[in-house]
Amino acid sequence: MANVIRDDIIEYVGILAKLELSQEEKETAKEDMGRMLDYIDKLNELDTDGVEPMSHVFSMNNVFRDDVVSNGDDRENILKNAPKQKDGAFKVPRTVD
Amino acid sequence: MRILELSALELGKRIREREISAVEATEAVLERIREKEPSIHAYVTVDEEGALKRAGEVQRGIEDGRFTGPLAGVPVAVKDNLCTKGLRTTCSSRILYNFVPTYTAQAVENLERAGAVIVGKTNMDEFAMGSTTETSAYGVTRNPWNTDHVPGGSSGGSCAAVAAEECFYALGSDTGGSIRQPGSFCGVTGIKPTYGTVSRYGLIAYGSSLDQIGPVGKTVSDCAAVLEAIASYDKKDSTSIPRKDLDFTAALENDVKGMRIGLPRDYFGEGLDYEVREAVLEAADVLRKKGALVEEFDLSLVEYAVPAYYVIASAEASSNLSRFDGVKYGLRAKDYEGLHEMYKKSRSEGFGPEVKRRIMLGAFVLSSGYYDAYYLKALRIKALIKQAFDRAFAQYDVILGPTAPTTAPRLGESLKDPLKMYLGDIYTISVNLAGLPGMTVPWGKDKKGLPIGVQLIGDCFEEKKMIRAGYTLEQAKEGR
Repeated sequence: MANVIRDDIIEYVGILAKLELSQEEKETAKEDMGRMLDYIDKLNELDTDGVEPMSHVFSMNNVFRDDVVSNGDDRENILKNAPKQKDGAFKVPRTVD
Repeated sequence: MRILELSALELGKRIREREISAVEATEAVLERIREKEPSIHAYVTVDEEGALKRAGEVQRGIEDGRFTGPLAGVPVAVKDNLCTKGLRTTCSSRILYNFVPTYTAQAVENLERAGAVIVGKTNMDEFAMGSTTETSAYGVTRNPWNTDHVPGGSSGGSCAAVAAEECFYALGSDTGGSIRQPGSFCGVTGIKPTYGTVSRYGLIAYGSSLDQIGPVGKTVSDCAAVLEAIASYDKKDSTSIPRKDLDFTAALENDVKGMRIGLPRDYFGEGLDYEVREAVLEAADVLRKKGALVEEFDLSLVEYAVPAYYVIASAEASSNLSRFDGVKYGLRAKDYEGLHEMYKKSRSEGFGPEVKRRIMLGAFVLSSGYYDAYYLKALRIKALIKQAFDRAFAQYDVILGPTAPTTAPRLGESLKDPLKMYLGDIYTISVNLAGLPGMTVPWGKDKKGLPIGVQLIGDCFEEKKMIRAGYTLEQAKEGR
């Protein structure tokens, strides 16, 4: 495997991805990601100097509209999906002391 | 004739002519579901009560002239990544085990306006990440032709449901082949439209620049009619494209005289199963005999599509799936200290291994220091792939090739080696990168009795040419 994923990288990716991995999952992830990157490195065979990155196939423009509410108030149904709610709002753990 | 054997359009016609009622058709489907689900498991949720109630309403609507379209009263199955108001939508993930949308996806709403009766939500690979429907948190779906084999994925439930007559047609979504590959494995027809043709509003996003919703059906005609019903310009999807040529059923002509059809040599190389190859070449011959000009050409860059796709799709997934955090909907971990740990634990408990694998790869390729080398590089390759297709479509009206290199693998074989599984999408993935329309049409079976599909690819906005070629193939098959 040409790409060896170090512990600190998998640690960092876990933070970015907001995932908590067990030691075993970390080992698997290191191996998986290394193998995927080896494969992805195939892209380097192609010279892309001067080629513009293409994010969308068609030219995309921002779509603007007037800031007018077009959907009704559905707070009650939306909150029914929340794991925890309080006083018409989503409830999360305390974030500020 | 058994109701269940009818195509969606045939059933729609009989419903309009009062030979069969929408309720009778729905009851027949629900009965079939009870019979087949223990062995196939195409559905995550079957809405028996809702379907019967809706069928009654639609029947009254047909009788008083409110519903007059070709699909009115016809039962449909919807992939479980399309939001349906009041009906649980899981994306086959544990993290959305109890999510009940408060709105309906635009494509589904368009179908409802056409008088569709939704019977349930179909199983899929978790968040549409997979090629076998084995990564579902709610158990695997089995191939109706041989239950030891996978139905393909990620729209495996939709394709298996159509093949097993557990619905008359279905909606799927296709990010890298997720309608066409399972369509091929299950012996049904499926279309991935040009990017921007069907609104993605209410489709739970995986790779937003690649995702398209499309029809799965028993016939090319059914798929054309369904695509006509679901396609619409939608201001709620900023990538939606206004089109005036959405009368796809007008292309159902048994005629390819003078049509220029290209066979990419690079689609017939190493890794292609011999029987699949022979089937595709036979289909090419049929079209040639019908008057098409069929010739081989070099598409180029085929082997770069899969690695470019995994960078782009994973990057978009890592961003799209950050919304699942245990706050607004879905699973929240039981024990945690503070907000940050709540996010991490909820996501780690809620996502399966394949989803985590792609989120991490995506986070990595977007991270500072790797962004240029991986993400921008992949977007540059995407531009080159698009140029290769532009050159091809300057020469040809339609490209013909295999949908997948093999027929359906056995259950449990694919997940052991993800890289090998990813390579199974080699003929479908570049179509998504280039935003093109593609379809699979069933074309015979291999010695094991498993279906083979041929793929037709059109230039952007040229679904009609592709549908015409597909329809001509289908008619030739029925004539034999």
